Amino acid sequence: MDWGSLHTILGGVNKHSTSIGKIWLTVLFIFRIMILVVAAERVWGDEQDDFVCNTLQPGCKNVCYDHFFPISHIRLWALQLIFVSTPALLVAMHVAYRRHEKKRHQRFRIEGSLWWTYTSSIFFRLIFEAVFMYAFYFMYDGFRMPRLMKCNAWPCPNTVDCFVSRPTEKTVFTIFMIAVSSICILLNVAELCYLLTKFFLRRSKKAVNAKHHPNHENKEETKQNEMNELISDSCQNTVIGFTSS
Amino acid sequence: MNWAGLYAVLSGVNRHSTAIGRIWLSVIFIFRIMVLVVAAESVWGDEKSAFTCNTQQPGCNSVCYDHFFPISHIRLWALQLILVTTPALLVAMHVAYQQHQEKKLLMMTGHGDAKHLEEVKKHKIRIAGSLWWTYVFSVVFRLLFEAVFMYIFYMIYPGYQMVRLVKCEAYPCPNTVDCFISRPTEKTIFTVFMLVTSSICIVLNMAELVYLVVRACARRSRHNSNPSSGKGSFYGHKLSEYKQNEINQLLTEQDGSLKDMLRRNPGLQEKGDRCSAC
Repeated sequence: MDWGSLHTILGGVNKHSTSIGKIWLTVLFIFRIMILVVAAERVWGDEQDDFVCNTLQPGCKNVCYDHFFPISHIRLWALQLIFVSTPALLVAMHVAYRRHEKKRHQRFRIEGSLWWTYTSSIFFRLIFEAVFMYAFYFMYDGFRMPRLMKCNAWPCPNTVDCFVSRPTEKTVFTIFMIAVSSICILLNVAELCYLLTKFFLRRSKKAVNAKHHPNHENKEETKQNEMNELISDSCQNTVIGFTSS
Repeated sequence: MNWAGLYAVLSGVNRHSTAIGRIWLSVIFIFRIMVLVVAAESVWGDEKSAFTCNTQQPGCNSVCYDHFFPISHIRLWALQLILVTTPALLVAMHVAYQQHQEKKLLMMTGHGDAKHLEEVKKHKIRIAGSLWWTYVFSVVFRLLFEAVFMYIFYMIYPGYQMVRLVKCEAYPCPNTVDCFISRPTEKTIFTVFMLVTSSICIVLNMAELVYLVVRACARRSRHNSNPSSGKGSFYGHKLSEYKQNEINQLLTEQDGSLKDMLRRNPGLQEKGDRCSAC
């Protein structure tokens, strides 16, 4: 179970998303997950091995590393991506439930209860993105990776200089991931606005329709009525046909 | 065989689960297995190489590591996830057995053509009768395994928190030696995360158990209040279903031929009109 499987699971959700939702999914997979796997993991690969402190005191390096990096950027991003992509599964479950009820295999329109599920999923996505960005900012005091950290946790004797490996490259990738995260937040906000606008437009259209055509039956109902008439006619004729022959 | 293989095996079970069962399976795969593979394994990756003891005594490092970590968290979680997901296979086996019996029945009653056999594979099986008992047992076993592993975890690593420093005095370490663990805070965060998801899974399993029991009681009371609603065997029901399908088919064929008759003899239509007037 890895990012590939997540891609397979979420690819199915793509069919029932809006266009903005599809763009969001593409941005997520190409500019975030792929960059994480292909590039960022290598940059942070030697983060602890190459974290060097100016002391021979055993244990000082471990303790200082743990003090300055409670949770690594890579793991935070991985958790963020998992949490942010999961609300889409709510939509997938709802669609599967509808398909089971109506036994159809076509694309469903985003209306009714599915609209509410979809909107809540976008809302949760937004919340998760915001929470993780805040957690990031809170833990790492801004988004820059310093070259040198001064540490005086026990068992380090007095204050000790510790040097982070590849700080500039890490800063570059951190800024990149933050930028893409912000783009995803914007896309989610745009999608939310789009859905709300569609909802209100549909509502006003219905109100206008009801005003101008109070006895208006929609197409499906008319067809059903025709079919019912045909069936009742043919049934009557069956009875007559049998009795006459 | 890896986690992806397990995923392939268990997705088939998904079709015959309840809604809560499907949610449970998603939580297991996304919030536990995926987090384990993608994040937790790299946190514990250097657990032994970065375990440092304040001594130059050869062997002390290894002995102390072995003393404090009899089995690594990662391996414990992997075992837990495998054992917890496996009872679902009991259900899969039972479903396969039932489908096999249905196919045999179809062959016996002369409906053994490819179309009907395909239908057997496709339609969703109700969780009733002996399948209900198998399903309930699988949920109970899941609960048991989750609880047992959480208890083992607590026994081996009391408090669920990873400390920075452990004091070791196993031979050959001279006296008492300070040993430092790598990334203790990150490990604590992930331990707590896995614990929370484990508890969520336990809650989901209990909810599923309650749901199954309530459904069974409701079905039983419906049967008691309406005894004519067929207390026959599972296969008796299936046979009557197939008979009903045949009758329906015949009716539709007949309807089609009647429509042809109507088109050819418009005179019948007039008789119909006369009758509707009466």
